[in-house]
Amino acid sequence: MSNVTAKEKAKNVKEKAKNAERKPAAIGPDIDLAAYSVQAKEHEEIQRLTGLTDEVKERAVSVGIDAEETCRAGSFFQMDHSVILSSAYQSGLEVMSTTEALKKYEWLSNYWWKAVQVDADKYTAQAELQQHHGYFLRALPGARAEFPLQACLFMTREGLAQNVHNVIIAEEGSELHIITGCTTAQHVRTGLHVGVSEFYVKKNAKVTFTMIHNWAEDVAVRPRTGTIVEEGGVFMSNYICMRPVKTLQMYPAAYCVGENATVRYNTVLFAPEGSNMDVGSRVFLRAKGSRAEVVARAITKGGAIVTRGSLIGEAPGIKAHLECRGLILSERGSILAIPELDGRVSGVDMSHEAAVGKIAEEEIEYLMARGLTSDEATAAIVRGFLDVEIKGLPEHLKEEIKKAVELGEKEERLL
Amino acid sequence: MVSNMIEIRDLSVSVEGKRILNDVNLHIGRGETIVLFGPNGSGKTSLLKTIMGIPQYTVESGCIIFRGEEITKRSIDERARLGIGIVFQNPPAVRGVRLKDMLRICMEKSGSFKEERVSKSAEKLNFADFLDRDINLGFSGGEIKRSELLQLLAQNPEFIMFDEPDSGVDLVNINLVGKVINELIEKDKREDKRTKGGLIITHAGYILDYVNVDRAYVMLNGTVSCSGNPGDILEDIRAKGYEECVRCRM
Repeated sequence: MSNVTAKEKAKNVKEKAKNAERKPAAIGPDIDLAAYSVQAKEHEEIQRLTGLTDEVKERAVSVGIDAEETCRAGSFFQMDHSVILSSAYQSGLEVMSTTEALKKYEWLSNYWWKAVQVDADKYTAQAELQQHHGYFLRALPGARAEFPLQACLFMTREGLAQNVHNVIIAEEGSELHIITGCTTAQHVRTGLHVGVSEFYVKKNAKVTFTMIHNWAEDVAVRPRTGTIVEEGGVFMSNYICMRPVKTLQMYPAAYCVGENATVRYNTVLFAPEGSNMDVGSRVFLRAKGSRAEVVARAITKGGAIVTRGSLIGEAPGIKAHLECRGLILSERGSILAIPELDGRVSGVDMSHEAAVGKIAEEEIEYLMARGLTSDEATAAIVRGFLDVEIKGLPEHLKEEIKKAVELGEKEERLL
Repeated sequence: MVSNMIEIRDLSVSVEGKRILNDVNLHIGRGETIVLFGPNGSGKTSLLKTIMGIPQYTVESGCIIFRGEEITKRSIDERARLGIGIVFQNPPAVRGVRLKDMLRICMEKSGSFKEERVSKSAEKLNFADFLDRDINLGFSGGEIKRSELLQLLAQNPEFIMFDEPDSGVDLVNINLVGKVINELIEKDKREDKRTKGGLIITHAGYILDYVNVDRAYVMLNGTVSCSGNPGDILEDIRAKGYEECVRCRM
């Protein structure tokens, strides 16, 4: 591909983005982008994550980041608009900022805005027009990450808009485990985080992606994610948000384009008073034999949750299941579950189950008959409710998920 | 004379304003196990749930005395911690709570937690493969019985109520169920060494081929109508039906 073509592509993309600058998102409350500042001071680079201040470290750890990096194959740390660390500790893996990667690899333009549309809405447009890095993670063909790569997107400036664009590529036959934590410094109250993530799971590759969010009461969050899974590829995404957020809206989409591609989404949400979460997962099953499973657990204690799920069956012989369970634990609070099954050809097999309600008295009484107090019984049931069985995830990532859920339970006095 | 484990005096109970138990009287001594016969809908399960303290069962009059202490107003968990246990007939499934976690909790509550006890008891009931399953989720009738008995082994209560332990259990497993019940109510010990009490509800009476009980009561229309030798009463019921059996013994 010639240089001119890459430049032309870039120009076209910019034009599209400009045209969508004011385009509201299809769902979720509209956010006034002008209310946030894109200016931030530069932060100095560090050699290892142990060089973070204790305050930053504490917040990073709360979203699954291992500051010691002992069980990590690499780390990426972006503070406001500065990439302060990016390194891979295993051969066959690449970790750098997307800005750097675009310079290094001309071919990256073939992946840029191919899984997410740049003109989807004003948030994607802003991510293009005012991009502040983001991470580029890649596993070379056949490379298998022993440990997860970790990436942290951190906001320290009050009222900041952080627009990142991430690209993740698992080349043929490779295996990549990623844990991403997004959070703010303790003192930050308001801010806007726009995160575009494009995943490419090549033939027979496997990617597990675990994302933990820990925002502040007045932060607005608009992740925009697309994943393309080729033949025999596996993509597993786990999303956990157990802490307050003013408004969070995301509806990532995965496209099974190769035969026998597999996608699994697990989502765990807890909305305290004042939080608004509109979170879902979509899977387009476009090739024969592809599989998808979408599981969501939502708990409200005063906040509003919309939990969406959509399966689009476009090829015969596909199989997919959607499951959403919601618990309302207080007088206030709401959960709207919207499961959608869209079969477009014959020979598809799709199903869903959804249930929203309170904890069944009968279950509490049952545990009480074994000696648990009413509070202990409720806690055991809530803990069990949030314990989504995740098969195929490395043990220490399961641990991180468990820790994030438990921390949320404790800090939010959920139990 | 055995001292009383549990005593029910003139107990009347209603659910949502509807009277379901009337002036029930019965007592069970330490080391004693009784069987409660009765047709469907006669109030047997309601009596068990009232003794356990399930809140839907409102005590209108009368009282329940457990080991000399009145417990009529105690909560379910207080009764459980005092030493009352129950094998439910149709327990709910508890999604996300694994059987092994439940067994650990039961043992901790009774102050007898030992990791090896969990697996030992599970092997006894041929149920080790179910330890990682969510409690009762997708269990068959026989599996529910084994899950319940396993929890009771972990809980190790002083007084145990069994609600239809023989329903839905095949012939192979009923032997096993009987064996574990005997262990729970200490029928495997010498009579003078037994301290536990038991109350078994049975509709069909099959379990009595495996468990020896001391006395039988018959429940009809929400009240205990008669008592006597378990074998004789079961024979009468089988020969003449409940109504006739009660009439002849009055």
